[in-house]
Amino acid sequence: MSNIHVTTTVNGDEVEFLCDPRETLLDALRDKLNLTGAKEGCGTGDCGACSVTMDGRLVCSCLVLGAEAEGKQIATVEGIADGETLHPLQQKFIEYAALQCGICTPGILVATKALLEKNPDPTETEVRYWLAGNLCRCTGYDKIIRAVMDTAADLRRAS
Amino acid sequence: MSVAKSLPHDAARLHVTGTARYVDDIPTPANALHLAFGKSAIARGQIDAMNLHEVKSAPGVVAVLVAGDLPFANDVSPSAHDEPMLSDGSVHYVGQPIFLVVATSHLAARKAATLGQIKYIEETPILTIEDALAADTRFEEGPRIYEKGDAETAIKGAARVVEGTFEIGGQEHFYLEGQAALAFPQEGGDMLVHSSTQHPTEIQHKVAEALGVPMHGVRVEIRRMGGGFGGKESQGNALAVSCAVAARLTGKPCKMRYDRDDDMIITGKRHDFRISYRAGFDENGRIAGVSFMQYTRCGWAQDLSLPVADRAMLHSDNAYLLPACRIESHRLKTNMQSATAYRGFGGPQGMIAIERVLDHIAHDLGKDPVEVRCLNYYAARADGSGASGGDISNQNENNTTPYGMAVEDFELHGMTAALLASSDYAVRRAAVAEWNASHDTIKKGIAFSPVKFGISFTLTFLNQAGALVHVYQDGSVHLNHGGTEMGQGLFQKVAQVAASRFGIGLDTVKITATDTAKVPNTSATAASSGSDLNGMAVKAACDTIRERMASYLAELHQADVRTVRFADGNVIIGETVYSFAEAAALSYQGRVSLSATGFYKTPKVEWDRIKGHGRPFFYFAYGASITEVAVDTLTGENRILRTDILHDAGASLNPDLDIGQVEGAYVQGAGWLTTEELVWDEAGALRTHAPSTYKIPACSDRPDIFNVALWDAENPEDTIYRSKAVGEPPFMLGISAFLALSDAISACGDSYPALDAPATSEQVWATIQKVRNGI
Ligand code: FES
Ligand code: FES
Repeated sequence: MSNIHVTTTVNGDEVEFLCDPRETLLDALRDKLNLTGAKEGCGTGDCGACSVTMDGRLVCSCLVLGAEAEGKQIATVEGIADGETLHPLQQKFIEYAALQCGICTPGILVATKALLEKNPDPTETEVRYWLAGNLCRCTGYDKIIRAVMDTAADLRRAS
Repeated sequence: MSVAKSLPHDAARLHVTGTARYVDDIPTPANALHLAFGKSAIARGQIDAMNLHEVKSAPGVVAVLVAGDLPFANDVSPSAHDEPMLSDGSVHYVGQPIFLVVATSHLAARKAATLGQIKYIEETPILTIEDALAADTRFEEGPRIYEKGDAETAIKGAARVVEGTFEIGGQEHFYLEGQAALAFPQEGGDMLVHSSTQHPTEIQHKVAEALGVPMHGVRVEIRRMGGGFGGKESQGNALAVSCAVAARLTGKPCKMRYDRDDDMIITGKRHDFRISYRAGFDENGRIAGVSFMQYTRCGWAQDLSLPVADRAMLHSDNAYLLPACRIESHRLKTNMQSATAYRGFGGPQGMIAIERVLDHIAHDLGKDPVEVRCLNYYAARADGSGASGGDISNQNENNTTPYGMAVEDFELHGMTAALLASSDYAVRRAAVAEWNASHDTIKKGIAFSPVKFGISFTLTFLNQAGALVHVYQDGSVHLNHGGTEMGQGLFQKVAQVAASRFGIGLDTVKITATDTAKVPNTSATAASSGSDLNGMAVKAACDTIRERMASYLAELHQADVRTVRFADGNVIIGETVYSFAEAAALSYQGRVSLSATGFYKTPKVEWDRIKGHGRPFFYFAYGASITEVAVDTLTGENRILRTDILHDAGASLNPDLDIGQVEGAYVQGAGWLTTEELVWDEAGALRTHAPSTYKIPACSDRPDIFNVALWDAENPEDTIYRSKAVGEPPFMLGISAFLALSDAISACGDSYPALDAPATSEQVWATIQKVRNGI
């Protein structure tokens, strides 16, 4: 099968890659663009480790084809910080020790950022159900929720 | 001092920016090859004929290997040499690796691996406990039996007796990062292997055997794992060996990672158990004698099943002084994945059985289970700390476990009293009863459970560790030890130890990947021992360097070496203050060796696993939890409403990391006993092999209210800064969630709810029907 040429925008930068038509966006990001922040936890849309946004919409990149990224705006965990300056969400995850092995963290940050952009004032229950598709085997989630609630409050105060 | 501080995980910044590298993230050259296994479709039989033509001609395939193509050892077993990496012609479970595909991409390898045509001569698989007992397929010659006193006579002589049989399911590790390995061929036939493993030395050992080279020809490196939980103690061997063999064959870097389904289908899980119990006790609930019959399905190969089953026996007492006790353990060989290490290593299965007994006794007597538990506790610590509420009469009997070890550090009297108070247990228990009296559909339950968990490898020689520390002439420190980082924060804790010994800031200490070329002959990072062992080894190495620096500087200043202090980033000799960097530079110029190894072996442990007697553990770690649940009696669906935990981490090296371990372990333990159900079909195929069918707790399942605190008491044993191990013990706090469900069900009728684990909604619902019908 011949490869497809894809032009897309990732974290604000225009990029091009060639990919097998059957290749997922996750594999394209990891293998073609060396953006290994998104992880494969299941490959079937059930764990959220591969979360990215496509035109602002939260998706599992393991369920999107690389070819579908054509002309889209993709945002990954690598684009959350502003250069050396961490996003408040990233700072809070460190402060709250909301990670252990850290492999779920990129997906959870991307998902949370998407939530806070939609809903800057979520209830705890809303956060919990929004993140229900992002599995974490290590933390037991408590510190994650607290970090998210506190970031949301901070961001509201700042805006 | 850097110890006893809540500092974030050492790689936290890398994690939140997505730049922390796991094995699959390591850049590989474009010519790297990718591997996948072709797997058995049947549970038991012989391979009659194998046609791999289509596999070989599939796009991207470079090579296909079967057992006969392996140049040297075809074994990936950690112990008994009974685990061929590729089938030797016989097949022992559905999913067993039969051939190895080497291809130009991960996808190409996986696709080709499905194309093998294999004809089998099928045999009837041994799947159930009954099958295995009937065929007498087992590991070891017969059951192991540990005894204290005469349990049978004690039970017969007791005023009351309860008995029952209890099924306890296994558990998939579900480390979010699947198994992965990557091998780079080196000059002269050497091999560099990156492996997501808790046990680099074993990977080195197995790779060396497979390549026919001495261990010095193989270097294994691991910076971090995306979760391990015991599942990467031995289960990574097959991937690392495959990569090394294929890399040797092709001369190219080779990578293998299991996709989630392969990972769940191929690798071992927590052992499931069936435990029958009989217990005799008096009218107050004081136990006179208990007898346990434990059956566990170990799967097709021995792996770590013997020590796992031993540890289940060793936790059959949990927190309770059993005057007479008999434990019989059968380790059955079945045609399934080879069950393996999983956080707690058999301890949780042993422990939940005695908790079940206590619960049953309380139900029989109509007493509050907490009261019955406290009545049977071991006597408190001899120095009286942690003794409030203690029952002194227990001290009259000798305070020993069923395996003859004296319990000298028992903390649970004080911890229980503190937790009952902080969680408002009495009031809430009354409220639950009131709720249940006035509600038919939703029933609530509340339960307390304690943990006493033995710390040390029961295979005594494993209780050793090494470290390598360098101080460079600019005062920066390079730290290496045999422990591996899987998210538990070990690297940070050990770095805190190093920083404290030198009196410097953590930013001066470089944490480096675990590497078999730096520290040899390491034990697995397992048995919760990581910081106990490696912390001590690092301390020894740092102290060696510190003493060398101190004696040189003391001589230079004609001062007494004992007056040299290392603090606040300085080295102080009388009136003279050097920065640590200056002191390092001076020492270097004075030709002082600034590099040292450190070694530690755990004292006091001595254990005979055949007799079942001795001191297998250096000390015990304790914990206590209370969980409240609500159950919908129409569907069996349930929620955890509130959890309160008090956990003993000794003098914690890092309270934030330790609390994180406790929270995560509780949720994982509760998951094991509630939603996580493994289902094999009649043909022996695992039907729950992805998160779509196997349900680990999600964010929405976490307790609504979750209060976790550490019990502040030093470890009476001389551990690193008097801390205690914290990886496994809190896992068993999840037992309170199971008991709370049982408590809620018991509000539906009079009979004892003989709830099996996992208490899935179906299981809860079915048990409610039994209780309603008085069965
Ligand atoms: S890898 Fe995409 S959801 Fe799990
Ligand atoms: S921190 Fe390990 S999976 Fe979330």
